[in-house]
Amino acid sequence: MEPNTALLGPDNDYLRLFDANRGKLTQSIPSFLVDLRKEAVESFRMLGIPGKKNENYRYIDLQTSFNNTFRKELQPKNITFNVEDIFRCDIPELDADVILVLNGIYYDTHRPMRELEGGILAGSLAEAFRLFPGIVEKHFGKYADHRKDGLVALNTALATDGFFLYVPDGIQMKKPIQVINLLMSDEPTFSQQRNLLVIGKGASVSLVVCDHTLSPEKFLSNNLTEVFAARDSRFEITRLQNEHNASTQVLSQFYMQEANSLVNNNTITLHGGMVRNNLYVQLNGEGAENNAYGLFITDQGQHVDNYTFVDHAVAHCNSNQLFKGVLDDYSSGAFNGRILVRKDSQKTVAYQKNNNLLLTSDARINTKPQLEIYADDVKCSHGAAVGQLDKQAMFYLQSRGIGRDEARLLLMNAFANEIIAKIQVEPIRERIAELVGKRLRGELSRCHNCTMHCC
Amino acid sequence: MTQDKILHEVTQGEYKYGFYTDIEQDALPKGLNEDIVRMISARKNEPEFMLEFRLKAYRHWLTMKMPQWPHLKIPAIDYQEIIYYSAPRQKAKLNSLDEIDPELKATFDKLGIPLDEQKVLSGVAVDAVIDSMSVKTTFKETLAELGIIFCSMSEAIREYPDLVKKYLGSVVPYTDNYFSALNSAVFSDGSFCYIPKGVRCPMELSTYFRINAANTGQFERTLIVADDDSYVSYLEGCTAPMRDENQLHAAVVELVAMERAEIKYSTVQNWYPGDKEGRGGIFNFVTKRGMCRGNYSKISWTQVETGSAITWKYPSCILRGDYSTGEFYSVALTNNFQQADTGTKMIHIGKNTRSRIVSKGISAGKSNNSYRGLVKVLKGAENARNYTQCDSLLLGDKCGAHTFPYIEVENKNAVVEHEATTSKIGEDQIFYCNQRGISMEDAVGLIVNGYAREVINQLPMEFAVEAQKLLQISLEGSVG
Amino acid sequence: MLSIHNLRAKVEGKEILKGINLEVKAGEVHAIMGPNGSGKSTLAGVLAGRDFFEVTEGEVMFEGKNLLDLSPEDRAREGIFLGFQYPVEIPGVSMVNFMKTAINEIRKYRGKDPLSASDFLKYMRLKAEVVEIDTKLTSRSVNEGFSGGEKKKNEIFQMAMLEPRLAILDETDSGLDIDALRVVAGGVNKLRSKDTATIVITHYQRLLDYIVPDYVHVLYDGRIVRTSGKELALELEEKGYDWIKQEMMQ
Repeated sequence: MEPNTALLGPDNDYLRLFDANRGKLTQSIPSFLVDLRKEAVESFRMLGIPGKKNENYRYIDLQTSFNNTFRKELQPKNITFNVEDIFRCDIPELDADVILVLNGIYYDTHRPMRELEGGILAGSLAEAFRLFPGIVEKHFGKYADHRKDGLVALNTALATDGFFLYVPDGIQMKKPIQVINLLMSDEPTFSQQRNLLVIGKGASVSLVVCDHTLSPEKFLSNNLTEVFAARDSRFEITRLQNEHNASTQVLSQFYMQEANSLVNNNTITLHGGMVRNNLYVQLNGEGAENNAYGLFITDQGQHVDNYTFVDHAVAHCNSNQLFKGVLDDYSSGAFNGRILVRKDSQKTVAYQKNNNLLLTSDARINTKPQLEIYADDVKCSHGAAVGQLDKQAMFYLQSRGIGRDEARLLLMNAFANEIIAKIQVEPIRERIAELVGKRLRGELSRCHNCTMHCC
Repeated sequence: MTQDKILHEVTQGEYKYGFYTDIEQDALPKGLNEDIVRMISARKNEPEFMLEFRLKAYRHWLTMKMPQWPHLKIPAIDYQEIIYYSAPRQKAKLNSLDEIDPELKATFDKLGIPLDEQKVLSGVAVDAVIDSMSVKTTFKETLAELGIIFCSMSEAIREYPDLVKKYLGSVVPYTDNYFSALNSAVFSDGSFCYIPKGVRCPMELSTYFRINAANTGQFERTLIVADDDSYVSYLEGCTAPMRDENQLHAAVVELVAMERAEIKYSTVQNWYPGDKEGRGGIFNFVTKRGMCRGNYSKISWTQVETGSAITWKYPSCILRGDYSTGEFYSVALTNNFQQADTGTKMIHIGKNTRSRIVSKGISAGKSNNSYRGLVKVLKGAENARNYTQCDSLLLGDKCGAHTFPYIEVENKNAVVEHEATTSKIGEDQIFYCNQRGISMEDAVGLIVNGYAREVINQLPMEFAVEAQKLLQISLEGSVG
Repeated sequence: MLSIHNLRAKVEGKEILKGINLEVKAGEVHAIMGPNGSGKSTLAGVLAGRDFFEVTEGEVMFEGKNLLDLSPEDRAREGIFLGFQYPVEIPGVSMVNFMKTAINEIRKYRGKDPLSASDFLKYMRLKAEVVEIDTKLTSRSVNEGFSGGEKKKNEIFQMAMLEPRLAILDETDSGLDIDALRVVAGGVNKLRSKDTATIVITHYQRLLDYIVPDYVHVLYDGRIVRTSGKELALELEEKGYDWIKQEMMQ
């Protein structure tokens, strides 16, 4: 048996995993990374998996998921069949470069690093450690602080691969890149994916990310992405989370934005057992703008939890957050958003909103938008609402001959459309609108045995 | 820049109530232990059940730690350095006003709170509490004719033990939090009020709190019970002398509203805020909570908070009765080095319950002002409605304004809305006023008062005027 | 076509309609006038099936069917159209999607196949021309950001699209300037036919200069207290509603 297998249990099992794989985890990687891993292990030893007593995680029980006993490997074992044969996540009319990541590991071992138009590099992070240690060292672990969050520490200590993207200065990428993250295994699997995206000065790129489970086993993933957006760059990412009910996904995204950079971050949580999205944004140069939009649709016992932290570190930056949830059955959701406007970050414009529709009496929502402001010449506002479909609008639709169910669907779609409309790449927007429409009709609510019909 | 300068000058006003009165004190030694708790109870000739209540609370307090979650920087408090009982020494029983220590009477006159019933503002009955003791309750007889009990808590414990036993700790149990446990162990006095069934209290009831002695903590306890179909409006005001050290004020206020009863509770809080360098001032750590027990009952909190070095309190409503209503209107102004973490909790339990929150924060100088609120709709609370409006105004670039709302909904028929904005005072508004010949200082005063109007309007007339003046004074020299 | 017999209705426990009787035949235009609070909008709401109103007594027959048994959408599918006094804004629902859903649901109810997307758009363009509505409005969300006049025009446009048998226009003239009024009235007149009927609810006589009624009813305190020809409207314009009130007192 491989030494890198351990029984997943309480926190110290993760530590044991590190000890057992020390050699593997510290070989053939740049030395700064070796040090970083060791520090992260110590951080994790201190922090552990965040519990509900942690104010940032008060509405989600991750400890149970992480303490669940199931086989865990540092690197999930190889899948013996050809994923491309069974999986086609095509978005009609989307002309994109497609990249597959399987169980957190870059899939195409034959071509671990690709050079696309304009010198764009896209490939495996492990490969980038080897080929471009300079770029990696400049950014890796610089935005995700392992000392502040046990999950960041865990990922930093143990993740070995993921997606790497480097867009040189001034390159405007026309085609979007589509990253497909697949989870597939014949036994319960824990995976950690680590991504690093570096967008050069004045560069522009659009990314589509799809998360899927392709087999019915339990999955636990703790993924982390760091993005550096240099000055005058533009970056749009649209993520479609579509995993089955036995999956737990933690996704932490860290953005460092320089002057006049623009980032649009769209997260559509279509399906998933337990989903936690952490979004950290630091606006670090004047004129930077971040727009974060999220939509989540839950049913049965699902739980979707969005946490955002937007740090206006300098003056003259804009940020927008709009998160919307539709909650059915006995599902639950949470939004926990924080805007920090530091001293002297004058002329900040920051906006934050979370609206939710509760469809049943068993569904629950907790929302906690927060403003923390230390500069006076700012425009900041936030809002949160929990409610039902507008009765007057319902009657208006019915009075035009539209039946109750259809009227409800129209209004629910309208509610969701506010988020979908923010997606800039048209084929993706249309595809997502269609998927959301189906989801609201309940057509996708059983994802268990769906291995590939969902897209 | 001239604006900043004027703003700066405007907010540098002085605290006007910072004098100290030399009154003979009867005080227990400083420090806290079981003996002190027993002595407090003994001093007050309390029945056995009260001593038990206190001791249980004290023992529970020993097991607790002060919570760390508020957005406040609180220096360590040495509980052994505080005097827990200090009362103006006076004759055993007062029969007339003449028997009150003239110094004491002068103190209240100076504060504008005459204890002489003839001089009292029309329609306001006052219970005056200095340090830990209730010194005088006015209009008692008039109220007694209607069956209204309005007296000091010590008196209530002696005279109406059944009522006290039934309701004390029923809304805020001693286990509730660190300071409620401390208060339950050592509280020395406060006000008690009971409005019988069907009675509409004809005058405003008021308690005026004054911390006078040095090194003392003030731990008063207020309990108001409004029986079926009754109504009462209650006011609370407070001041303290200027001292370099911090003084702890950890009160507990409990309100109980039965079927169709309504309680309106207003506070104008003007404890000494500390000096411009942040020295001294009161730590105002108060637990205030109302229980809407009966159907169609209503509890409304209004607070204007301008004083204290640190304000940390959340006057809350538990909406247990069907169709009950909770309201919270707040203006919190912080200046210099003041800190505030205040807001409310609305717990919807009954069906068709309603709550409304209006919070206006004003930050100036180097102060930090946080709104923190919880709206919780429990599963059985069909058709609950909440609307929260929470605005922050920043005067100057060295202060902070923060908003931390928590919304937890477990019922699909709930409609909960929260809206908040943060902005600085409108330059165009100031310019508009200037152009009409209004000075910068007055313009800021006008605009701030306009900003706070919705809350101030909730106060009874006399208090509204006082609150308005207070805002202006507290801002003096701060506009910036 | 429509036969209302002794209709009584309550709102939050208060009786608003106190026994309405009204007969409307195909081809007719009826105007219902009355002072504020007389129950005009309540009547319109009750006919369209708004559950805010509680019907306590009476009967409403529409083309042989008991209207009060039907859901709001089935009433619409049977051919009743309510032009709202205050059309609600529905952000995120496009006019195209809204109308397409409505038309196809009604077609389904009547056993017809749905219109194809292109046929629907053709039809929509045609109707937009008939009522002179700016096609830009049809590309926006339902009533969102529409001016008062645009909202009312949009109601008439929807009426043109849905081709109802009975249109009930609730204060369609309120808030309109004279040009908008002309457009709205023109639309209504174009849609008049011998097979359809219209009930115009209005506070003022002004609209009736453009939509000439066959009958004018005065609704007062929940009852129809007077019925006459179009000249009644002029009389009301001249004398106000007070004389009706006085008459009632006697």
